[in-house]
Amino acid sequence: MASMATPPPVQLTTGISGRRKAKDRTFTLFLWACGVLAMLPLVFIAAYVVAKGYPALNVAFFTKEPAAPGEPGGGIVQSFIGTGLIVGMATSIAVPLGALSGIYLAEYGQGRLARGVRFVAEVLLCTPSIVAGAFIWALVVVALGNFSAFAGALSLVVLMWPIIACATQEIFLLVPQELREGALALGIPRWKVILRIVVPTAGAGIFTAVMLAVARGLGETAPILLTALGNDFINIHPMQPTDAVPFRVYNYARTPVLSQHAQAWGGAVMLLVGVLLLSITARVLSNRQQRRIR
Amino acid sequence: MARTAIQLDPNTGPPAPRRRSRVGDRVFKGASATVAVGLLALLALLLGDLAVGGARAFAKFGLGFITGRNWNPVFGREQFGALPFIFGTLVTSAIATVLAVPVSVGLAVLLSEVHSGWLRNPLAVFVDLLAAIPSVVYGLWGLFIMKPVFDHRVEPFLSATVGKVPVVGALFRGNPNGGDLFTAGVILAIMILPTVTAVTREVVATVPRELLEGAQALGATRYETLRMAVLPYSRSGIVGATMLGLGRALGETIAVSLVVGNGLGIGASLFKPGYTIPAVIASEFREATNVGVHRSGLLALAVLLVVIAFVMAALSRLLLRRSVRLMGGSATVAAERAAFQVNG
Repeated sequence: MASMATPPPVQLTTGISGRRKAKDRTFTLFLWACGVLAMLPLVFIAAYVVAKGYPALNVAFFTKEPAAPGEPGGGIVQSFIGTGLIVGMATSIAVPLGALSGIYLAEYGQGRLARGVRFVAEVLLCTPSIVAGAFIWALVVVALGNFSAFAGALSLVVLMWPIIACATQEIFLLVPQELREGALALGIPRWKVILRIVVPTAGAGIFTAVMLAVARGLGETAPILLTALGNDFINIHPMQPTDAVPFRVYNYARTPVLSQHAQAWGGAVMLLVGVLLLSITARVLSNRQQRRIR
Repeated sequence: MARTAIQLDPNTGPPAPRRRSRVGDRVFKGASATVAVGLLALLALLLGDLAVGGARAFAKFGLGFITGRNWNPVFGREQFGALPFIFGTLVTSAIATVLAVPVSVGLAVLLSEVHSGWLRNPLAVFVDLLAAIPSVVYGLWGLFIMKPVFDHRVEPFLSATVGKVPVVGALFRGNPNGGDLFTAGVILAIMILPTVTAVTREVVATVPRELLEGAQALGATRYETLRMAVLPYSRSGIVGATMLGLGRALGETIAVSLVVGNGLGIGASLFKPGYTIPAVIASEFREATNVGVHRSGLLALAVLLVVIAFVMAALSRLLLRRSVRLMGGSATVAAERAAFQVNG
């Protein structure tokens, strides 16, 4: 019995001709090659950045302003402070704007206007960062006559606003409709339903969206370059030229000074760690959140 | 949350709170709508501001701004022809797309077979994290690690092998030393890989299960399933993903400017230094004053860039939306999740 039942499947597998099988093998091999190819860059980049950047990390690196080119010592403390200032300002402007836009798109977004806004937000996601910089450069820097942390923050807002708007919209849409309907049926006004029920339910998700946007802002060089200009000294005045870590890394990479190369790698390692921590946390949070909502 | 539920007050009755809430609703809706419409204003302001800034250069050089090969910002002898930058931007982006798209599609197929989950799918996490790396880190790595390897190993090897082929070979001849278009293109390929992969993955995921199962039931191999079922259904989505990646590549500034070599030549060889639109804006804005047309010229370049990038973005959204709707997928936004975190 058993021997009679087995032939068909055996025939089926042998029914695939050699050529088809070879093609399939090649293809499978190609797929795995793609997988390996995609893993390599992250491994290589992370390994090199950590190996080359780690030696540059010392107390002076985090506490001192730059030494004269070629002289040992010195640090890039003004870049860390500048990044904090610029990204902090940008976040505090972009989060309310982005979250309110997200609320509008998710909660009121049925009409033609909302569809237009959604489309524009999606297109704005693709704004080249240099364009955001050039825009604020022409609009703010040239008009005010000086480069500033504030202008840098505005150029980041141009990039972060659409990101937060689109991401929060998606998160609000994940909140089950029944929750809203139930609350509305109790006679609670719409705006209270949104603020007291939808937003808290989406809680961690909003945080995730913000973290992704901050990670983006943290790593941006081009907009900062065109708007905040950089500074060798600590500056906390929003209307003065200000430094930032990615900008400092870019500048040091272009000099012929070896000690500055070392510090560029040090800055890169800090950027990499910061950005990866933010996006890994965001990922973990959003996974947990989605599991909770479903 | 239950704690925050509104207590119904039996004394006031329904009408009064309803009126109050209607005011609150109107205010809240108005506020959020205003902010959302602010996005439209932002787009208009961005385009308008750049266009006004670039108008003088366009007016002075007309079409010559796009077709001219001579870029000379020295006042008195000013000449602004952006062709070398347009050429460099298009070539590096094209290299990036050609290299990244096949790998992305392969990856997307591979990932769609592995059932996703945080730890069960480290490959997907790896690719996503690639998207998070700041562009200046790519640039630093490209300049100090990748470029020397390309100069001494990869490019000499390519010109010794592919360079001998009659027609295509012209692309791979020339002096491989120093920054060049090819190196920049490869860095860009790595940078857009996560975007294209993530979007393609969403597109591939919307292929109806029945189709896949049907193909497999007919005895199709993995490759044939892809050819018969997956590709025909996701073609326009993959094109959309490609355009999204292309748009990203066009606007990339820092990494490219560090490895592209900043040369104004236009030629067949990919091993020659090039220059891109973002790179020239980044390196010249500081000297660009309003005395001549220099500042206006740079802003005009930004206009060119943003128009191409937005057209790409709009087209890709439309294609993705169509392809997802075609397959009955629910969330069009899902395909764009990856786009949130790519650095520029």
